[in-house]
Amino acid sequence: MKVATGKSILKGIAIGKLKIYRKEAAQTSRTSTLTPEEEYARFQAAQKAAQEQLGELYEKALDEVGEDNAAIFEIHQMMLEDEDYVDAVKGILDTQGATAEYAVATTGDNFAAAFAAMEDPYMQARSADVKDISRRVVNILAGAETGSAQGDEPAILVADDLTPSETVQLDKSKLLGFITRGGSTNSHTAILARTMGIPALIGVDYDESWDGELAVLDGYNQCVYVDPAAELLSTMEAKRRADLEQASLLQGLKKKPNVTLDGTEIQVYANIGNGGDVGLVLQNDAQGIGLFRSEFLYLDGDDYPTEEEQFAVYKRVAETMAGKKVIIRTLDIGADKQADYFGLDHEENPALGYRAIRICLTRRDVFKTQLRAILRASAYGTVSIMFPMIISVREVRDAKEVLEECRSELKAQGLPMGQVEIGIMIETPAAVMIADELAQEVQFFSLGTNDLTQYTLAIDRQNPKLDAFYNPHHPAILRMIRMTVEAGHRHGCWVGICGELGADPALTETFLRMGVDELSVSPSAILPLRKRIRALDLRKPAGKIEDGE
Amino acid sequence: MQQFTYTITDPIGIHARPAGLLVKAAKALDCAVTIQKGDKSVSAVKLMNLMSMGIKQGDTVTVTVEGGDEEAGRRAMEEFFRENL
Repeated sequence: MKVATGKSILKGIAIGKLKIYRKEAAQTSRTSTLTPEEEYARFQAAQKAAQEQLGELYEKALDEVGEDNAAIFEIHQMMLEDEDYVDAVKGILDTQGATAEYAVATTGDNFAAAFAAMEDPYMQARSADVKDISRRVVNILAGAETGSAQGDEPAILVADDLTPSETVQLDKSKLLGFITRGGSTNSHTAILARTMGIPALIGVDYDESWDGELAVLDGYNQCVYVDPAAELLSTMEAKRRADLEQASLLQGLKKKPNVTLDGTEIQVYANIGNGGDVGLVLQNDAQGIGLFRSEFLYLDGDDYPTEEEQFAVYKRVAETMAGKKVIIRTLDIGADKQADYFGLDHEENPALGYRAIRICLTRRDVFKTQLRAILRASAYGTVSIMFPMIISVREVRDAKEVLEECRSELKAQGLPMGQVEIGIMIETPAAVMIADELAQEVQFFSLGTNDLTQYTLAIDRQNPKLDAFYNPHHPAILRMIRMTVEAGHRHGCWVGICGELGADPALTETFLRMGVDELSVSPSAILPLRKRIRALDLRKPAGKIEDGE
Repeated sequence: MQQFTYTITDPIGIHARPAGLLVKAAKALDCAVTIQKGDKSVSAVKLMNLMSMGIKQGDTVTVTVEGGDEEAGRRAMEEFFRENL
């Protein structure tokens, strides 16, 4: 058995024979016997044929991987029409008496080298796209078959690199997984593999002698086992079967309501940490975003993000969610999340320190910038605002006052705004105790169980020595959640949970019985949670919660 | 000649897809559109040149519209940048 490591594109397991994918490089000669005009005419014909092929690939990709991912073939079409690219080809033909094949291959290499030399990894990855279009044209010119180097049997393909068009052209019924030496996790090929759900490893230093060997591609451990030991093989087979069962089960749950057998319904939303996670939210069929942590906007930069920058991000998320609820939590910085430019003092006890709403209410300029951006984004979808770390009614009133100030400013400027629901995080014991008063100020509560647990039990979760004392199902926590739900409902507030406990399947039934209206969890936890909800029957006697007491 | 400056807010900047859309939008106009960043400038209808500028989030670019209906061209470009970049 041999083991090689790489970088995993998709967590999954593929088992099968390895097939080394050899590209048929078209034989090209450099010197032409034709005139430059005749060679240019050949190029133009091949360019046209390539455009048609790319158009077909676009249609195929549209069916298989959706519009966003198919767009790469439109880009390829445009690259192929690019004036500079065509001029470079023409220049070589005119000055060197070369064949069109040679001119295109050289131009492709030159442009690819220029992209590869750029600092930005995203742009570096574009060099593969330029090579891809050039190879296509050369193959058409040389009359090479773009036929199947894939073989007739289902296999794990092994290649130096795969271009996006090769990835889409591959026969999926015979593609178990793929392994490449080159490539980046940013490449379109990687994105396509992820979308098609094909296990893939990149950056693997493979050996030509592997051709035809049985192998296990283990995307979890980012490695490939060639000629695996019998014991490993059977473990991996079992793991793969379990994966497939889980995946098909979960796919079957998409578009199904989150409703128990007795008809009790609960909303399942997603927590996200940056604008790019929206894809995962939609893929996992969340009904909304229950917690959009806005900190990344502040933590990624060297200075305060401007209103325009924030507006662009919030607007895009609101638009992408197309009318589904997006709850944006205002800045929760401080404690373990620090940005140098805020100039925050070192604190002995940051969890109990200057953070979140406490910063916002003293640094009104920073707060107003964010609130204005959120209010403006509310014109493009269903946006709610949530204030974190609340301990008093005064804070909520102050925050609302600042919000109103922003609203009238924007109104005076004639900028559009939508209806915005206002809520608060319930994550301090103080907020639980005064939940009745707080509920009269807002439209919703969201329980942040991580901080609530830490503050209630006086246990720092970062300290491993305290693990023995830590009990996430402590009755004090569960009672606090119940009190919050009851107080919220008494005053017409809906109540959700956005902390880790929300995804705990052992508590789903308890939360439903308490009347919790919404659970907001990480995107990958949405469908497992839906499965749990749909199997519950609240008409049956309540199950016991393991509270460790 | 009409000009405006714009600071890119898109997290990955003028990458492949928006660059492609920009070329399309610029081609649809009857004016010549130039994108300038620092001392480098490129024509907005040249895709690969545009991509190789490596324009990223936070970069400020100057967009120049010349010839034809410049007023309409500038408005169209301003709108394009605001919506896509």
